[in-house]
Order: sequence, then C-alpha cells, then structure tokens
Amino acid sequence: MKRIYRILAVGIALSAFNAQAAEIVVSQKNKDFSQKHVKLKVGDSISFRNDDPFFHNVFSLSDTASFDLGSYPQGQSKSVKFTKAGTVEIECSIHPNMKLVVEVQ
Amino acid sequence: MKKAFLGGAVVISMTVGAVVSYASKPHDAVVQDTDGEAITLEAGHGSLGKWRFPDAVPAPADNAITAERVELGKKLFFDPRLSRDGNMSCASCHSPMFGWSDALPTARGFRSERLERATPTIFNTGYNPIQMWDGRKPTLEAQAMGPMEASSEMNMDLGRLFKWLNTNPGYRAEFARAYPGEAIDANTVSKAIATYERTIVSKNSPFDRWVAGDKSALTPQEVRGFAVFIDPNKGNCSVCHSGPNFTDNGFHNLGLPSWGDPNPDVGRFAQKAIGKMKGAFKTPTVREAAATAPYFHDGSAETLEQLVEHYNKGGVVKTNLSPNMKELNLTAEDKAALVAFMRSLSSPVTQVALPTLPN
Repeated sequence: MKRIYRILAVGIALSAFNAQAAEIVVSQKNKDFSQKHVKLKVGDSISFRNDDPFFHNVFSLSDTASFDLGSYPQGQSKSVKFTKAGTVEIECSIHPNMKLVVEVQ
Repeated sequence: MKKAFLGGAVVISMTVGAVVSYASKPHDAVVQDTDGEAITLEAGHGSLGKWRFPDAVPAPADNAITAERVELGKKLFFDPRLSRDGNMSCASCHSPMFGWSDALPTARGFRSERLERATPTIFNTGYNPIQMWDGRKPTLEAQAMGPMEASSEMNMDLGRLFKWLNTNPGYRAEFARAYPGEAIDANTVSKAIATYERTIVSKNSPFDRWVAGDKSALTPQEVRGFAVFIDPNKGNCSVCHSGPNFTDNGFHNLGLPSWGDPNPDVGRFAQKAIGKMKGAFKTPTVREAAATAPYFHDGSAETLEQLVEHYNKGGVVKTNLSPNMKELNLTAEDKAALVAFMRSLSSPVTQVALPTLPN
C-alpha cells in the first residue's frame, strides 16, 4: 500500500512538471524568425515552423544546446526541447541573417 | 423607353471595354513569384517594389562616407605597394576593366599562384551584410586587410606597410584629412578601402528604369526573362537571387562538377560546421553579370548560357545539393530570355580615372 502511494506521488509530481513545461511556436517568415529574443524555462520547447515558400534550416552550435534540425520546406515544423540553463544562439544556416537568441532559465 | 435603352447601351459598352482592356494584357502578365507573391509584369507596378534599389549605401556609424575617405580609399585600393613584391593591388584582381573582377576562372595570387576560388565582383558589396564566398567576414572593413595579409595573395609584411604609410608625407596628409586624430593602422586602412568600395555601385540598369516605370527600358524578351527568373515553376532563380541586389546573402550547394573532386572546397562548412553547408557558397549578385564572366565560385561556367544550362540540369554532383535546386526543363526561348534579362542588369559603364599615388 505504501508503495502504491509512493508511485502515485511520483506520478502526480511528474504530471505537475509536464503541465508547467511550455512549447512556443516560432515562425520562419520573410527570411526572419518571428521573434528575435525568447526567454524559456528548462524543459520548455520551441517549435520552429517554416512559413516561407522555400527551405529553411534551424541550428545552434552553442554550448548550452547544440543541434541541427536540418532543412525543411513550407508548412513543416520541428521542435527542440531545452534541457540546460544558459544562452542559445540559433540561426538558419542557409540564411545567416536569421538569428534568434534564447535564454533558458 | 429611349432613355432606358440608352442607359443599357452605356452599361454594355463599359462592360465590353473592361473585357477588352483585360484581354489586351498578355496571359502571363501576373506571375506568382518565389515568395508566393503576385507580381504584375508592368513597368513601375507597385508589386515590383521589392526590386527598387535603396538610395543610400549603408555605412558603419564610425565610418561615414566622406569625399576625403573615398579619395584615400581609392589610392590604397589601386596602390601595388600594399603587396610584398610591390606589384599587386586590390585592383589587380578586382579590376574595373572586368566588372571589378579579373575575368579568370579562379584568382591568381602571390607570384601568380592559382587560388581556389573566383574573384567576386566589388559591385554592390557595400549592401551585403556578410562578405566572402564562405561568409567569413561580416563587413567590408573586416575583410579589407585579409588579402594583404594572406601569404597566397598580396603577402604583405604589415609591419613594413604601416611603417611606410606612417612615414610617407603624401599618405600622412591624406589620412589626416580622412581620419583626423586617428592612427595610420589596420583600422584606418580598412575603413578607407571599405569606403571606396561602397562607392562601386550598380543601380541604374535598364531593369531599374523599368521598375521605376519606363516601359521602353526592357524589351519583351527581357521582361519574359524576368518572369522566368522569379517563377518557382520555371527558373526559380529568385529563391536565392532575391531582392534589389539579387542575393539572399545565403549559402547553397549548387552541385557543381568540382564538388565531385577528391578533396573538394567545402565552402561555408569551414565556418559553420552544419551538414547542409558542405560545399555551400554565398549567393553572388546577378547585377553586372554580363561584365563578370566566368561564373560560380570555381569559375566553371564561361558564359551565362553555360550557367543557365547548369541550373536547368538541377546540378551535376548532387550530394548535399541545395533543396532549392531542381531540374527546370526550360524551353530554348525561356533560356534565351533568362540570359537577356541577366544582361539587362548592367548599368552604364562609369569610367574610372586611375589615381595619382603619393611618392
């Protein structure tokens, strides 16, 4: 019985954590990110949606989060979860003027 | 009753007039372009606004363009004494005789050493937010000392250079006028050269006059070429060669034959280690294309016709190809129109008077 309570307690704690994790959508439109600066909490995600009629890429080589979502066309989205606090500089490798800074707290 | 009939006649004639007016336009007078926008192919039409060239070239806050800076920058740009052997200036490769390039497939550097990449034109580089084929320099100022320092290019001993500039009375006076109170060093040399480069602008081509409203500035074939250029289902060119300077300042692997070499030039990848950047190079302007052959970063297309054939095939070596590349299946007429349009991006030639250099 004690064990069941313990499992339930862990389950409740986890669902409370999940309820707090947020996902925001950042659009790629007119060769720009729809936001230039985003503040997030550890565990939050960004979904990057390509709204231009040509390919974009999303990548970061920052120490806080290093990833390459590849290149994808209009209408597609790809998501990144930020698991570490710090500053993440995100760019489109195809169009280097597209820059976004994410502060993960 | 007569009045009612008359009224009807007016309505009918107005309707017919509207139909005739619409029908008199060519069927492809509106093109959905690579941005998904409807572009009306009429001189001066509002939808052409994104091709209107900016009036002023941007300059950094600490390096505003002045006549003194242009004059000094021009002298430095043409002065071969900025190279180790005293025989090579910026203009040796970026020559106004060849559209501010060198007409070579790839550049020749120190003692004619063959370099890996073609000399890009200086035309309109002042409008670019990123410089070099691989984008490794953010500004013209940041770029200016590069060729002087590079052992394979001008190979200059910078200590010797600044000692000489600081003891040359002519240059001392020029620097004092251009940058009063500032040292003669890499900073001011770079700023002066960048300022001169910002004056090398192409923005008065037949295409510009057509965008401004001059119906006679382009031939029907050139207008057709523009339509092919911006149509994603035809040339698809403006997906990368976008805006008034015909560049997205982005990086793309075009599937050139040289990408299949044993140790190919990886281009942008050396600066940004992202897979898609392997073999990707910066989109050059199309302005002054007629004056800047050969084409591509490896100089592999001798003519605009060869360049169009490469794109028509959708590339040759297709490993890591840009997703913007595809087989185009252009007709002979489309190809000829495309070349005619690119030729319409040439401004009247500005005669360049060589400067007299300080002794």
